Amino acid sequence: MSAATAQRTQETPVPPAPPTSAVERVLKARSLGIVLALVVLVAVTAAANPLFVSGQSLRDIALSTAILAILAVGQTIVIITRSIDLSVGSVLGLSAYAAGSLLQAAPGTPIVVAIGLAMLVGAACGLVNAVLVRFGGVPALVVTLGTLYIYRGIAFFWAGGQQINADEMPGNYLGFGTATVLGVPVLVLIAAVVLVVAGIVLGRYRAGRDLYAIGSNPDAAVLAGISVGRRLLAAFVVSGALAGLAGALYAARFGTVDAAAGTGYELNVVAAAVVGGVVVTGGSGTVWGAALGALLLTVINSALPVLRIDQFWQQAIVGALILLAISTDRVLTTRLAAQLRRRNSHGR
Amino acid sequence: MSSRRGLSLVLAGSLGLTMALTACGGGTTRESQAQQPAAPAPSSSAAASADPSAEIPEGLKIAFLPKQLNNPYSDIEAAGGKEAVEELGGEYSLVGPNDASASSQVSYINTLIQQQQDVINIAANDPNAVCPSLNQARAKGIPVVTFDSDANPDCRDVFINQATTEGIGKTLAEQALELSGGSGKVAVLSATANATNQNAWIEVMKEELAKPEYAGVELVEVAYGDDDDQKSFQQTQALLQKYPDLKAIVSPTTVGIAAAARYISSSDYKGKVAVTGLGTPNQMREYVKDGTVKEFALWSPADIGYLAGYAGAALKAGQITGAEGETFEAGRLGEYTIGADGEVVLGPPTTFDASNIDQFDF
Repeated sequence: MSAATAQRTQETPVPPAPPTSAVERVLKARSLGIVLALVVLVAVTAAANPLFVSGQSLRDIALSTAILAILAVGQTIVIITRSIDLSVGSVLGLSAYAAGSLLQAAPGTPIVVAIGLAMLVGAACGLVNAVLVRFGGVPALVVTLGTLYIYRGIAFFWAGGQQINADEMPGNYLGFGTATVLGVPVLVLIAAVVLVVAGIVLGRYRAGRDLYAIGSNPDAAVLAGISVGRRLLAAFVVSGALAGLAGALYAARFGTVDAAAGTGYELNVVAAAVVGGVVVTGGSGTVWGAALGALLLTVINSALPVLRIDQFWQQAIVGALILLAISTDRVLTTRLAAQLRRRNSHGR
Repeated sequence: MSSRRGLSLVLAGSLGLTMALTACGGGTTRESQAQQPAAPAPSSSAAASADPSAEIPEGLKIAFLPKQLNNPYSDIEAAGGKEAVEELGGEYSLVGPNDASASSQVSYINTLIQQQQDVINIAANDPNAVCPSLNQARAKGIPVVTFDSDANPDCRDVFINQATTEGIGKTLAEQALELSGGSGKVAVLSATANATNQNAWIEVMKEELAKPEYAGVELVEVAYGDDDDQKSFQQTQALLQKYPDLKAIVSPTTVGIAAAARYISSSDYKGKVAVTGLGTPNQMREYVKDGTVKEFALWSPADIGYLAGYAGAALKAGQITGAEGETFEAGRLGEYTIGADGEVVLGPPTTFDASNIDQFDF
């Protein structure tokens, strides 16, 4: 279900005749806008400084995108159900610290175990979110705003001001953070796997389609026999576990973890999803779009310093570019929606 | 924290080193003057209300408000303060924000006033934002000691300076000169754009670099990593892309230097670009050992807090008022003299490299 159809059904009672080709065009156009912005940005930056498209630079951008994209995938899954998970930055910090502590205490721990622990911590945090949202009857925005502080507080309490430094982490784990397979960083491959699996499940499988149904119209989803509670639970747990995975990768990449890791990431993540065409009111958007959004944000953040834009302006420019991306997207969507409406009325 | 005992042992060693390093720290007259436990000042110059023989009462409530809690550096400072307060038989408390933004400390100062603390020790995140609240505290008879990062001199009694701005700026300039091999482009990776300390040091560094002996060194840019790992990473990347022939990155902040070192140690630039600046030995050990970082410097953060603790107690007891030339005892650090503008200078920074880094644990 695309944003166009979802919004249309809300605005006007037009029968939801789904013209698949048009849906495809909407999706294409949305990604097209982001891809276009990316191409222009990369071209301009590369023209100013050819090193921006050097191997090292591309690898850096891919690495930075990987962590953000994993978080954005989790966020998308939650946002599609008309919820939001603001606690991901704190979950990342908590799980990164958990993985770091484990490796610090037992340097022989296999990498997989450390990542598994981080994902478990993340999933547990997600479960708490889900239970509070589901049984507390409180909006996800409020619940996860609360747990954002709670999880961060736990991390601070646990860390007690200690920092895990690179020399306290086993070399193989740090190596994993920078390892490459055929020139592609392992972290990027992990993100790609997460993206593809999530994309396929959301697009092709019942579990995924149910989430869109819940987000489009929760009441109708209940009537249609979808177990809304279970699906929501799953969505939050997956988002938490992915934040945990991102935390483990964060520890491997930066080599230094303190309790403040990932502070403020939640807003980047939501921004990535929204820029990528995920509609905050639920029921629409894809993880592919969110990943593109993450890539665009990372490229913006990497390009502005290279373009020698004044430090003081960079944040404002990032904000302006986000607004620009979203408004362009909005214009495209409404135009296409209008086109669709015209065509439908002709058809009748 | 269990490392505190180890820390003080280390400090004993580092003090000796500190003295030995005065020469290579480019010790200025001002620095050496201030750092030597100077002879007692002529009592005539002391403010009328100062009573050098006043006893420090037991049970003083001494509060520490660092720039940010859970920042490893701030925590070491605060631990030093705790040590001092315990030696004085006082009551130590630690409060602070989780972010180092300009306004985040104000509400904590107000809380400390309400709690009727006897002394407030603060590392100001912004020289002006905290001023009204600090002056309220002083109006209520609570002396204010700034440490590490000063507030406007109008709103505190004494400032514990970790080293003179000149001393650090010179150290940074010397590092740049040495690691660039005498000539070439260097860049600075700082904390936030409005960080009081960093800006002052960088200013001195620039003045130094303008001198003829530094003619070969060109400071191409000051970048700001906001003391955030990711942002510092990205700024380092950008610096290396903008200036492919960059010789060295000087980062006068502990987060920045670690991020820059980590980035370079895992990139193609390893071995081509030197990283130096101010960092803690634990944080930098890995990068010193893998050769990314040849040397960096820092003063002992625990001693800053320790000295601040003693200065605060001396103020409250009336031993000192913050006037130039007054002296006070600071436990194991010995006697200190207050300089111009109420400044007390801890001493010059220590330089760490592969040969001595393992002797330090903080």
